[in-house]
Amino acid sequence: MSNLFDLLVAGLATGAIYALVAVGFTLLWQTSQTINFAQGEFVMLPAFLMLAAMHAGAPFWLAIILGILLSMILLGLAFKMLLVDPMMRHGVLPLAIATMALAIGIKEAVKQFFSAEASPFPSIVPTGDITVLGHVVSLQSIGVLVVAILAVFGLTTLLNRTSLGHQMQAAAQNPTVARIIGVPVERMILLTFLINAFLVALASLLITPIYLAKFSSGEVLGQAAFIAAIVGGFNQVRGAIAGGLLIGVLDNLAAAYVSTQYRAAVPLIFLIVVILFRPQGLLGRAEERTV
Amino acid sequence: MSGLAKPLKIALGLIVIAGLIVIPMNFNRYGLFILSQWTVMTIAAMGLNLTLGYAGQVSLAQGAFVGIGAYAAAIMTTHGWPLPAAILVAIVLSFGVGWVLGYPALRVQHHYLAFVTLAFSTLAFLVFRNESWLTGGIYGISNIPRPHVFGIATNKPLPFYYVCLGLLAIVSIAVWWLIRSPWGRAFMALRENPLRAQSLGIDTRRYTLMAFAIGSALGGVAGALYAPLTQYIDPVPFNLSLSLDLLMMVIVGGAGFYFGPFLGAMIAVLLPEWLRFTEGYYLMLYAIAVMGLLIWSPSGILGILDRYMAARRTKAASALRAVAKSRLETAQ
Repeated sequence: MSNLFDLLVAGLATGAIYALVAVGFTLLWQTSQTINFAQGEFVMLPAFLMLAAMHAGAPFWLAIILGILLSMILLGLAFKMLLVDPMMRHGVLPLAIATMALAIGIKEAVKQFFSAEASPFPSIVPTGDITVLGHVVSLQSIGVLVVAILAVFGLTTLLNRTSLGHQMQAAAQNPTVARIIGVPVERMILLTFLINAFLVALASLLITPIYLAKFSSGEVLGQAAFIAAIVGGFNQVRGAIAGGLLIGVLDNLAAAYVSTQYRAAVPLIFLIVVILFRPQGLLGRAEERTV
Repeated sequence: MSGLAKPLKIALGLIVIAGLIVIPMNFNRYGLFILSQWTVMTIAAMGLNLTLGYAGQVSLAQGAFVGIGAYAAAIMTTHGWPLPAAILVAIVLSFGVGWVLGYPALRVQHHYLAFVTLAFSTLAFLVFRNESWLTGGIYGISNIPRPHVFGIATNKPLPFYYVCLGLLAIVSIAVWWLIRSPWGRAFMALRENPLRAQSLGIDTRRYTLMAFAIGSALGGVAGALYAPLTQYIDPVPFNLSLSLDLLMMVIVGGAGFYFGPFLGAMIAVLLPEWLRFTEGYYLMLYAIAVMGLLIWSPSGILGILDRYMAARRTKAASALRAVAKSRLETAQ
């Protein structure tokens, strides 16, 4: 029983990180029909930016701020202006392929300019264990959960409670009408790209202390976030959050109860079943315009 | 490509074929390996081009079918079966699995279909890695023999390159015939407007499954050739990135163009080799080149050529019109 509890906590902690990445993924899809195959690499890169800042002599807190700012410039602004904007009008597929190429580019750049080896990364949460309800829980899991929940809460508040959020939703749901009623659609799309960049930088900060900073670590993470986004509902922020948590827990339970060899298969089979029987995702709305 | 005169096209084709036969004769081992790899990737990309470029079904699982074909060939030939039998089994196996994988395509489309095939691709990789009683697991299968063709051993790189080239020729002719057959036209109808295709009496269900199965079967052929080419296989080359690479080849070359996969595979296999002098930067430059190309021309390299030809035709036509008009005016 205590084993199950531990697995659930660990699963929720990884799931919360997946959720952050998946939310960004769905935001990009909703506002600009970008399927970002480089999302995993987007999570891998900020950790290296922060490490580079630290190597240059910046203290950890400053490195974090610099890393997040740089990610927002590179992965938000530059990504949108240089790659997405010129390609958006050509449809979903060429842009998706271009992001695949981008993923290769980012990986190779990190390998070339930084290191092919895994580097340790300091944790923002103190390491150690505390006892909750008679169970030993690592502080790191709790810290990750708290930060991720705060971020998701902040984002949903922004989207649902503020005028800015409503404008973003309008721009995503119906750009033409949004433009007519005076929503600056272009600026809203740019904003979602910046939010995505912020979320991946945050996810990077949370996950890298656990799995080390490595150029190839984006592959697994990107796929997990991908699955989470689809399972939860490709067109819903809350769907992506639920999907992330679900995949995180499922992944941890599968590792313990199925087999370590086929642990990766469980979320995939789950994904196929969801797509076949509820393609809009567990919490998603059916999309009229694409199918 | 239709802007060129027919004899010119035939001459160009013959020169290219002669070049592919003659020039590699004094290539070294590595050059021949790369060129053989190009033929293998071209066959796989041609299959994906049928599924994606002609029938419009996005598949991220072509790499898995190359894997299925490669393992089928590796297991059979190491147990003493001849390669043609192995190729046949690879075709049947990939065709069958591809047919089954096509079923989701009947329910969901576009990006959802891409995700199902992506999941399948990773599942196939897990099977290759974990079922070690069959696939050798992470240690793979080594000492895969190369075939004897008409009594000639093809252990040396050059004869085996000709085997690859020969198979590529057979596949090319078959695909050429297929896309000009009523089936090929049905595939294109499926891509352009499935609803209209159905109302014209095309059994869209059957053709969707067919497009998937035939495309996958070609992936299997490529795999069956890949195994004796490298003579050693393990699960790593058949992971998701191979599927993504193949998709990139098809799009970069030009999806829906007959010669797209040839060019796409050439860029994916040869360009990194040519860029090798840049050392660690070559994959980065490759990625930048692909992104730049797609920004410039989302329909790939042949898309550029196609637009150029179309522009030239329009220009020629308007020039003719102008001449006709001036003649008309002088006549008056």
